[in-house]
Amino acid sequence: MSGVATGGDGLGARLGPLARLSGLLGRVRGLGVPLPVRIGSLVLFFALPLVFQLLGLASARYWLDVLNVVGIYAILALSLNVILGYAGMFNMGHAAFFGIGAYTTAILNTIYGWPIFLTLPVAGAAAGLFAYVVARPIIHLRGDYLLIVTIGIVEIIRIALTNNVFGLTGGSNGIMGISRPYLFGFRISQPFHFFYLIWAAVAITVVVFRSLEESRYGRALKFIKEDTVAAEGIGVDTNGLRLMAFVVGATFAGFAGTIYSARMGTISPESFNFAESVTLFTIVILGGSGSQRGVILGAFLVAGLPELFRGLDKYRLLMFGAALVLMMIFRPQGLLPPKPASYRLPPPWDKPGGGEGV
Amino acid sequence: MEFFLQQFTNGLTVGAIYALIALGYTMVYGVMKLINFAHGELFTLGAFIGYALLVTFGITGRVGLGLGLAISVVLVAGLVGVAGHVLERVAYRPLRHSDRLAAVVSALGASIFLQNAIMLSWGANYRSYSADLLPSVSVSIFGQSFPLLKILIFLTAVVVMLALWLFVHRTRIGMAIRAAAIDQGAAKLMGIDVSSVIAVVFVIGPALGGIAGLIVGLCYGQINFGMGQLYGLKAFTAAIIGGIGNIQGAMVGGLLLGLVEALGAAYISVAWKDALTFVVLIMILVVRPTGLLPERVAEKL
Repeated sequence: MSGVATGGDGLGARLGPLARLSGLLGRVRGLGVPLPVRIGSLVLFFALPLVFQLLGLASARYWLDVLNVVGIYAILALSLNVILGYAGMFNMGHAAFFGIGAYTTAILNTIYGWPIFLTLPVAGAAAGLFAYVVARPIIHLRGDYLLIVTIGIVEIIRIALTNNVFGLTGGSNGIMGISRPYLFGFRISQPFHFFYLIWAAVAITVVVFRSLEESRYGRALKFIKEDTVAAEGIGVDTNGLRLMAFVVGATFAGFAGTIYSARMGTISPESFNFAESVTLFTIVILGGSGSQRGVILGAFLVAGLPELFRGLDKYRLLMFGAALVLMMIFRPQGLLPPKPASYRLPPPWDKPGGGEGV
Repeated sequence: MEFFLQQFTNGLTVGAIYALIALGYTMVYGVMKLINFAHGELFTLGAFIGYALLVTFGITGRVGLGLGLAISVVLVAGLVGVAGHVLERVAYRPLRHSDRLAAVVSALGASIFLQNAIMLSWGANYRSYSADLLPSVSVSIFGQSFPLLKILIFLTAVVVMLALWLFVHRTRIGMAIRAAAIDQGAAKLMGIDVSSVIAVVFVIGPALGGIAGLIVGLCYGQINFGMGQLYGLKAFTAAIIGGIGNIQGAMVGGLLLGLVEALGAAYISVAWKDALTFVVLIMILVVRPTGLLPERVAEKL
């Protein structure tokens, strides 16, 4: 990513021709895939399951289930992307927030009889609140230290869930008998129902985070990621914004937990462990940290692709590990890294000092 | 009192093991500023090579107990050291000048790869070191009896750490290691071959981790391909608690963590034992982010 793209308009104005060039390149790249093709493929993606369902293809259920898993991973990875990709914080405990969301829904649903969708905001809030409480004292830590603390958090959560904390989480067996969600009286139970629920949620997540990314907060986060000291120097509240990114990401992981609970019907602590956090981390990095397209592609590759090679099940993780190493050596920015941002500058931008600050 | 002493000894034993593993993390971090996530797997590899020598091959039955153990220790240290060196060449050297994050992810990939390679070679089930491998001898100190094995483990760890400290602080290679830890660029300008320094660190650290794996096998009997993950996390925690980058810190952190864990399991709750580790870690990082014995720049390893 060039300094021109992230440094904001002020810097761009001073660099004159370079900024003009990078803006031009940004526009050219944007033309890569024509809009009709994009919309067409989206429509196709959402229509195919229905077609399969109507044709009654036997394997459809299986592939829909795979796509559903990919979708949930996509939401989780998109939410981690806010923390890791935009703000550059090494969070390797994201599964903890996912787990808190999932357990909130499961407990409210099985013990107190709440309908699933009513638990959604509570699950998000619980995960967000937890993230706020644990992240507040550690938000200032440097990269690697933050990494190890977040690993500690996810381990503590897993152990707490396994030990049946407050007598609510059901110990290592977890919670069974979570009911199906109802939407306007319609019972969501089939894989292809869930397909629409999950991928609609993915779409909402994409839109929300895209607008976050393009807001002043998103730009400030990227600034913090590129150069914390400089950001602090011009008055960006670095710790406050980092904390905000953490809470927002955790909240969406909590939402994903609700959907996961509803789809599975049964949850147990082992779904929210360190290994799961590592998987999410690698989805973001492999796909392209900071890029939504990249992260979704990463979810397909990490969660979906292995299904194509079920025969090689034993060697799957071995190859995954080797692939991670090779990726980092030959393409560390990920498969689809974020495009350099381009801004339309106000007319007198080429005069010295004419540009606006961040 | 007897119960307390027993738990105390257990804590020191497991703490010495953490300390041995932590040395590998702390040395690598000191020089490369990289968390070597694959270190836990190198530790596991040591446990399995020990298993192959002592159980599958039955080396102690062939050449006698003392010699057999000595050969095992040397072979485990040597082979795991070689594995560490290969790991550095393949997964870390190409990334030395790239982003921190890329190196972390590469380390994770190497960890996943090694863990599964071990699983494919030895299977996913637990393996047991035979219980009659070592004679169980107890020694009596102040009227309390302690198992000799645990005392030996503790002493081994202390001796190894002293030797390492002397190596780093009293030899030319050690001086080069310390210089590279402070500033790689300046070290290069002074004519230090930083690549060799890193190579040395990546042989010594894994070798010690491998020995720790062998000790775990001998002491606790059961080994498994996934055991490196938790031991690794705890040892890294120990390194941070002590102050990452220095040898004394690894020792202090390891022993402290072992004691907290053993006494916590005895007096608070066994089920929450592992959580206690991370609670201690988070508290220390919040209150004193550089650890108990923070690296002084001039002495940073």
